[in-house]
Amino acid sequence: MSKREELNAAAAKRVLIFDGAFGTQIQDRKLTEEDYAGDLGLGADQKGNNDILALTRPDVIADITRAYLDAGADLVSTNTFSANRISQADYAAEGMVKEINVASGRIARELADEYAAKDDKPRFVAGAIGPTNKTLSLSPDVEDPGFREIDFDYLTEVYFEQAEALVEGGADFILIETIFDTLNAKAGIMAVKQLSEKLGREVPIMVSMTLTDLSGRNLSGHTVEAFWNAVRHANPVTIGLNCSFGADQLRPHVQVLSDIADTLLLAYPNAGLPNELGEYDELPETTAELTGIWADNGRVNILGGCCGSTPEHIAAIAARVKGKAPRKVPEGDNTMRLAGLEPFVLAA
Amino acid sequence: MTTNTSARFVNIGERTNVTGSARFKKLIMGDDYATAVEVARQQVENGAQIIDVNMDEGLLDAEKAMTTFLKLIAAEPDIARVPVMIDSSKWDVIEAGLKCVSGKPIVNSISMKEGEEQFLEQARKCRDYGAAVVVMAFDEVGQADTKERKVEICERAYKLLVDNGFPPEDIIFDPNIFAVATGIAEHDRYGLDFIEAVEEIKKRCPHAKTSGGLSNLSFSFRGNETVRRAMHSVFLYHAIPAGLDMAIVNAGQLDVYDTIDPQLRELCEDVILARRPDAAERLVDLAESYRGATEKDEKAAQEWRSLPVTKRLEHALVKGIDAHIVEDTEEARQAADKPIHVIEGPLMDGMNVVGDLFGSGKMFLPQVVKSARVMKKAVAHLIPFIEDEKEEGAKSKGKIVMATVKGDVHDIGKNIVGVVLQCNGYEVIDLGVMVPWSKILETAREEQADIIGLSGLITPSLDEMVTVGEEMQRAEMDLPLLIGGATTSKVHTALKIDPAYEGPVIHVLDASRAVGVASRLLSDTQRQEFVSETASEYEKTRLAREGKTPSVLLSLEEARDNYYDAYLSDKPAPPEKPGLHVFDDWDLADLREYIDWTPFFRAWELHGTYPKILKDEVVGETAVQLFADANAMLDKIIAEKWLTAKGVAGFWPCARDGDDVTIHRVKREEHIVLPFLRQQVRKSRDRANMCLADFIDPAGDWIGGFAVGIHGIEPYSKRFLEDKDDYSDILLKALADRFAEAFAERLHQHTRTDLWGYAPGEQLTNQALIKEEYRGIRPAPGYPACPDHSLKPILFELLEAEKNAGLELTENFAMLPTAAVSGFYFGHPESQYFGVARIGRDQLEDYAKRRGVDLETAERWLRPNLD
Repeated sequence: MSKREELNAAAAKRVLIFDGAFGTQIQDRKLTEEDYAGDLGLGADQKGNNDILALTRPDVIADITRAYLDAGADLVSTNTFSANRISQADYAAEGMVKEINVASGRIARELADEYAAKDDKPRFVAGAIGPTNKTLSLSPDVEDPGFREIDFDYLTEVYFEQAEALVEGGADFILIETIFDTLNAKAGIMAVKQLSEKLGREVPIMVSMTLTDLSGRNLSGHTVEAFWNAVRHANPVTIGLNCSFGADQLRPHVQVLSDIADTLLLAYPNAGLPNELGEYDELPETTAELTGIWADNGRVNILGGCCGSTPEHIAAIAARVKGKAPRKVPEGDNTMRLAGLEPFVLAA
Repeated sequence: MTTNTSARFVNIGERTNVTGSARFKKLIMGDDYATAVEVARQQVENGAQIIDVNMDEGLLDAEKAMTTFLKLIAAEPDIARVPVMIDSSKWDVIEAGLKCVSGKPIVNSISMKEGEEQFLEQARKCRDYGAAVVVMAFDEVGQADTKERKVEICERAYKLLVDNGFPPEDIIFDPNIFAVATGIAEHDRYGLDFIEAVEEIKKRCPHAKTSGGLSNLSFSFRGNETVRRAMHSVFLYHAIPAGLDMAIVNAGQLDVYDTIDPQLRELCEDVILARRPDAAERLVDLAESYRGATEKDEKAAQEWRSLPVTKRLEHALVKGIDAHIVEDTEEARQAADKPIHVIEGPLMDGMNVVGDLFGSGKMFLPQVVKSARVMKKAVAHLIPFIEDEKEEGAKSKGKIVMATVKGDVHDIGKNIVGVVLQCNGYEVIDLGVMVPWSKILETAREEQADIIGLSGLITPSLDEMVTVGEEMQRAEMDLPLLIGGATTSKVHTALKIDPAYEGPVIHVLDASRAVGVASRLLSDTQRQEFVSETASEYEKTRLAREGKTPSVLLSLEEARDNYYDAYLSDKPAPPEKPGLHVFDDWDLADLREYIDWTPFFRAWELHGTYPKILKDEVVGETAVQLFADANAMLDKIIAEKWLTAKGVAGFWPCARDGDDVTIHRVKREEHIVLPFLRQQVRKSRDRANMCLADFIDPAGDWIGGFAVGIHGIEPYSKRFLEDKDDYSDILLKALADRFAEAFAERLHQHTRTDLWGYAPGEQLTNQALIKEEYRGIRPAPGYPACPDHSLKPILFELLEAEKNAGLELTENFAMLPTAAVSGFYFGHPESQYFGVARIGRDQLEDYAKRRGVDLETAERWLRPNLD
């Protein structure tokens, strides 16, 4: 069975659990510059470069992953949100991209296999790819709307490098997450398709969009349905929403996606909205209750957490949805679906 | 504005298409992207549910224009809300566009034109970029025109795609909407075939969609918006129920079926559904009454339409508008005492205005030719009335017999001069091409002509012109002889023709001078002065020539000692594919990309380099209009396959033998000698006295040859002339010439990268090709490096050009059809073009021996290079 089939089989039985945030967990550990920098001898301060810890403090990353597996996660992600050449350039660590991703993939792989061997329940590794801090669809210069900081081919290369290293490290899927720019995601999809071609086997893609306003659009302006139409060619093993706002505000959009997407639906919202101090203070029970309702209504296949979520949140969600019937994936049809910022459907 | 989330029939906006919208093209060419973005916005506001973006324009960097525009509209939520259709015939442009579009766009288009492999590869890429595709009904054989072909190709494409995992719902077939009511019977079923094909394709290809570009349909009615809109609406009315899902249309300009004038609607229906054999004719007749009714022009139209009839005629002539010329001429006729007075009065007055504007540089040749078309139509209307009254024909300013001389077939320049003269009130008797002197003289005598005009393009024609002059002298004629054509010159006329004939001989530099020359020659007061002025000018030229120390010639031996010493180890490897390669029907759409436009504008006497000429302060506007007309005709030539490009290329082992290149035809065990000429003029410093043979290794090497021709022009040319449409005729001929040159360029490229294959990785833009930034040369017999036209029969024999490319040679070695190019291929990296220029008696004698001809014949062949 391929990993895609395995995941589909597991998700047919119950609502699966995805992990939660790394960032807040790492912050809690109050690491020093020495912890971050290790003996890599990079030309810039590394403090804040969470992804480099896979090389300099692999124990920290392993601990956090272990905590999520203990909380009941069926899928764990790699701590590689910013482990791409563009983001790592801020830390003069663009030369380390491959090492970071391979190492991070290995940590997650070994632990996933360890836990799967213990209870004979499959565990999956999602190699996480963030959006970078550059955008293909928007001009950073208000005076010149036609200007772009990067181009599609460059971003595709950047993603390819990261995805290849993640798969080498042991990732089952590539999770293109927190998509604020749909075109960036399309470059990510292109990169993974190229990787599949190179490897001669499918590397399944997970796609997760983030919304920037309550009306339900991402930064590049796409509605949830337009977004789905624009990325459907990835034949993603999961489609979903993450980050954005808390589960409460995300609910209507999960519902829209749940109705139309003919693949597994993964939702991992923030633990509420941040308070005045920028801290997430939504209690695990609250998050569990809000997301639990989605499971009650058969809207989701996989649930997890994003910013502010902790192993406690994940454990609470796992407990809340235990025994709930998973969302039934709708049958695909042969309707022509196109998209501008808004969806365009041509009646069959 | 509500969002269209679900639709039954989709309007794809066509206004953001440089090939379809002159306005949008102007904006993009003018770099006015801000306004261009507004065009897109208006389209969406007008109800376009998808916008088609096309930047395929020879002059544009289409990739750059496409990406720039797509990025700009991405920043406009009002526009970006709808999907984009990335429309280009170039895959690179499509791919560049795909990298800028964030939603799910449509690619327009891909096809099996280049075979299944490329088709599937492009389809796969479209899918990886997340795009639906328009698949054109086009395969390796060509574009589908019949219902059967359309269905067959689409079904085959569908199976290929679906078998390779392409989602059927992302396929949109475009089974080609072609122009109907073109006057060609084979086109009558085009509309119906499309509709029937759509129905069948939808049945056989589940979930796939169908689309078409609507504006093609009504191409014959360009400028007649009322009829075009009606045709489009009627077409959709029938095509949508048959299963047409979408069409590229001007969203703001579709009429409601029921509101179309019932008579017009019925005739449109007759045409589209091919309901009666005379449908096209009937619609064309009716269409006249709707002509010029575009909204934009309506106001201006009304203004000039309300002028008195003489002013209307003048306006029509100056503007080149033929829409109302017949009715206006008729009105003028009824008001006049005699029909002839209409010609002598208002029409001639109007043409005088045209002549003045042209003379003062305020009008340009293409516009003048359009004026002539209007004039001819007006005169044609009056002729029957004039004949009825048994009147004498209108008194013209003078009668001019014109001809392209014997052995030469080129007539674009002559036709232009003829039109200009007619526009200015001269009667022109055009004897056509390859006219022997006897016919010219005979006609001049019979018709009591006032002037004889000779034209020619190739160098042997210069001699023929001398012959005509000699014969006129022998016949003791005294009427003026005008000389024109690309190879003619004031110097040649002064030195060779003028002395042969005692009457006035005048070299006419270009068409714009023709009228001035003719009017002075035929003016009682100015003639004497002009004739003696010219004669003394030519006398001066001759004296200057005699007094001038001619450039010093080396002896042939010295020149040979100073040969060009090419580094022979650099010679190209033997060809990958030796032997003959025949191309029966090279794709015209491909050749279009290789057209060098500068000579095209030069043919119309618009001077400047393309593309700069389009922005030229003086002639820019005319050039833009001409260029648009040319492209519209190109579209038609390609879509309706008017012309066929046939060519042949071959490569043979050879060796240099002195100034000869000897070809070994291994199979036939024979040797063919190509004798080349060597520069003899003394060179400064260490520059060599070159000969083409210098680029060939005496120890064994390869040489190539080619001949290409553009066939099929005659029926269209004939139709245009019957229609009194010189403008289109000249345009067509000029384009055929461009195609021939483009084919030569393309075939040379194919030779370098594939057939001979010494530069397999060459990547050059069309600009770079035009600048000849490639390795190797292709000198043509009759051009400076190889001035002897008589090498053509040898080349033709080697290539079997008559059989393989359908080309023939006249007795003076002009090629038929006229739009043809032939030459040799030299592959050595140091090979270069040069001019042989003047040669000495010693080389002439040597050459005669090498060619095995008598001295007189050799002299005739080489005359332009002799003293």
